[in-house]
Amino acid sequence: MNVILNEPLSQISLLFVSAAMGLLAVALLLFAFQLAKLKDDPSESKFEKFGFVVLILATAVLAVGVVLRGVAANRVPWANMYEFSITGALTILTVYLISLRVRDVRYVATFVTGFTLVTLFAAVSLFYVEVKTLMPALQSYWLVIHVMVAILAVGFFAVAAGFHIFYLIKSAGKLSGLMDRFPDLKIMERIAYRFNMVGFVSWSFTLIAGAIWAERAWHRYWGWDTKEVWTFIIWVLYAGYLHAMATRGWNGNRAAWLGLIDFSAVIFDFVVVNLFFKGLHVYSGL
Amino acid sequence: MSSSRFSPVFWLRWFWRQLTSMRTALFLLLLLALAAIPGSLYPQRSADPNGVRLYFDERPELAAILDSLQLFDVYTSVWFSAIYILLFVSLVGCVLPRMRVHANSLMRGPVQTPKNLKRMSAYIETEGKVDLELAKKVLRSNGFRAEIQENSVSAEKGYAKETGNLVFHSALVAVLIAVGVGGGLSFSGQRVLVEGDTFVNNLASYDSFSPGPLFSQEELNPFSLRLDDFEVVYDLRNPANLGQPVDFIATATLDDGESTTQQQFRVNYPLETSGANVYLTGNGFAPVVTVTDGAGDVAYSGPVVFLPQDSNMTSLGVIKVPDALPEQIGMIAFFYPTVTELASGAYTSIYPDPIDPLLTLNVYTGDLGLDGGIPRNVYALDVTNMDVVASRDGPNPPVELRPGESAELPGGIGTISFDGLLRYASVDIAYNPGGIWVLLFSAIALVAIVFSLSIRRRRIWVRVTGEKIEYAGLARGDDEHLESVLKEIKDEIEKEAQA
Repeated sequence: MNVILNEPLSQISLLFVSAAMGLLAVALLLFAFQLAKLKDDPSESKFEKFGFVVLILATAVLAVGVVLRGVAANRVPWANMYEFSITGALTILTVYLISLRVRDVRYVATFVTGFTLVTLFAAVSLFYVEVKTLMPALQSYWLVIHVMVAILAVGFFAVAAGFHIFYLIKSAGKLSGLMDRFPDLKIMERIAYRFNMVGFVSWSFTLIAGAIWAERAWHRYWGWDTKEVWTFIIWVLYAGYLHAMATRGWNGNRAAWLGLIDFSAVIFDFVVVNLFFKGLHVYSGL
Repeated sequence: MSSSRFSPVFWLRWFWRQLTSMRTALFLLLLLALAAIPGSLYPQRSADPNGVRLYFDERPELAAILDSLQLFDVYTSVWFSAIYILLFVSLVGCVLPRMRVHANSLMRGPVQTPKNLKRMSAYIETEGKVDLELAKKVLRSNGFRAEIQENSVSAEKGYAKETGNLVFHSALVAVLIAVGVGGGLSFSGQRVLVEGDTFVNNLASYDSFSPGPLFSQEELNPFSLRLDDFEVVYDLRNPANLGQPVDFIATATLDDGESTTQQQFRVNYPLETSGANVYLTGNGFAPVVTVTDGAGDVAYSGPVVFLPQDSNMTSLGVIKVPDALPEQIGMIAFFYPTVTELASGAYTSIYPDPIDPLLTLNVYTGDLGLDGGIPRNVYALDVTNMDVVASRDGPNPPVELRPGESAELPGGIGTISFDGLLRYASVDIAYNPGGIWVLLFSAIALVAIVFSLSIRRRRIWVRVTGEKIEYAGLARGDDEHLESVLKEIKDEIEKEAQA
């Protein structure tokens, strides 16, 4: 293990991450203008088109920042809270941009942009640490697999959460002028379901991969460490959501609320559990 | 009828129906998630026994109340167990009948064509002529199971959806059983090994040992393990984490009765023997000391395990010399791998590797309290019944030794020499035969859930009544593509019919 760290490069990476934040803020403004216009003129799309150009640019700039961070640390860029956050933001944006090619998910652009902007802001202002070498406990290829898939799952859950929010706004009859331009409730529910489904499968995988790693590192595959507890809780909650979608009287508003509760558990797990709970997963680096 | 309406059997059936309903499963799932939360808020005996002890010390009354609610043992508590057992009973009660239904539908093939196809969720009506054999062929080439029933073709596909669903839930039951049985047969134990020490796998060799309820001593395969060398690699190149350990490498000679091999094990890379794995979990220094007593006889000689107190490996150790004459000697010792003096005059270590090591000792004489038959912690010294001979507060200054040095103990009670420095490794030796099965069934569950969630179950019917041709489709659950699929099938049949 003769890893050479490159802190100056890490500073350059930070510049790229900050630039991506600026671009995301611009994209968010454009999407907000678009929503404001959309209410009166359904054919309006100038802001939206421009917004997506800026969003793609922001994603590319962020990708450079994340890659440089990895190069600076000479390993995968997700070994502490700051790195989880920037890689997580990049993953959410990537999942979202790829999804755009498969399905019409433009409607949650404001949510996705805003959410990643907040994530990056927290990363840069609260979680930033200089590059460090990997502690022996993290020197495992499971770091690559287990954490990457966990981040991916969060990406899918996040897009779904956006649809839950707009579903609930529309179904409550709020902002009806704007919401008339959004897809039908049925369609928003369906899209959220698809994203949560992929998220759930990824989460299941990350749970299993984590157990395999735990067996290698801590001699037991499951020990109810706080992070394990929350991985389990989130898995059970999303299993609950999937059941709700198949239970008469429980889809619709109730399932959407449940999906939002589930996603808030994900955020709680990432922020509160990582920073304030005692346990074996003490990798925030703070 | 009114008498049987409220009979025990009625209520049992009613209860069973409630328990196996989807609504109950959903409720129990949410309840399970909720019940798991306290285990992350309060320290758990299984994961953090020290935390529980601290909690009792700090808030004994609250701790007693929490303990009576089993909040320190959430995952083995009555209430948590009740929820997941009910959940699994509900699951089995739900899955078993569905298995029968699914097996039947797999054997029987497509259902009877409904009388009124217009009521299906997708419906197309055309006029013309279509050969049912041809319709059947087209449906089959699209992956449907199809059969001709009088004037119609009934077809169905996506059986793997329900298969996946049932396999997933059965696999979860299997996971639960494997966890239970494996945990019962499992054991794990801890042992501290100084470089040069040999561990022989029997109960007496463990410093602590926690067996599962079904454990028997025959599970301990005879092997011995000698810790030849333990190396800690520090980062010397990067200012940001100078002196951080980047690798711990234990080199050991394993003798499993048949052959002797030298192997390395590290964090994340346990040493595998038949019947147990050996995991590296901790490390520290073990200074080697020799103590002679007032009579000039060697009263103690060997390595002493010191517990690290900070990241620079300032370490605390206790040396007990019960055989010293005329009085027993006890010492509380500090070891500083790279020592520096603070402004207060106290020492501290500024680097974890022994570059400038120093051993300091506070010396006591009197009764070590080892003869009362009460088990004593080897890492703590009770000085209440002892006289201070040397400490920072007097009467003599603490004894200070560098490697190779020796010193007289004050008052002519003996001498001590610091002969050398060894490292020790804390290892866990663990075995759980259930692990591999848990993994296997989890993997099956994962594959099955992908099938269950991604495959569509669809039924399609084609009925010919004179000149009228009806196409109808029905899907399980929400299926936005059903209509387009039905239309494609219709188009394909028509195209084939023309050809």
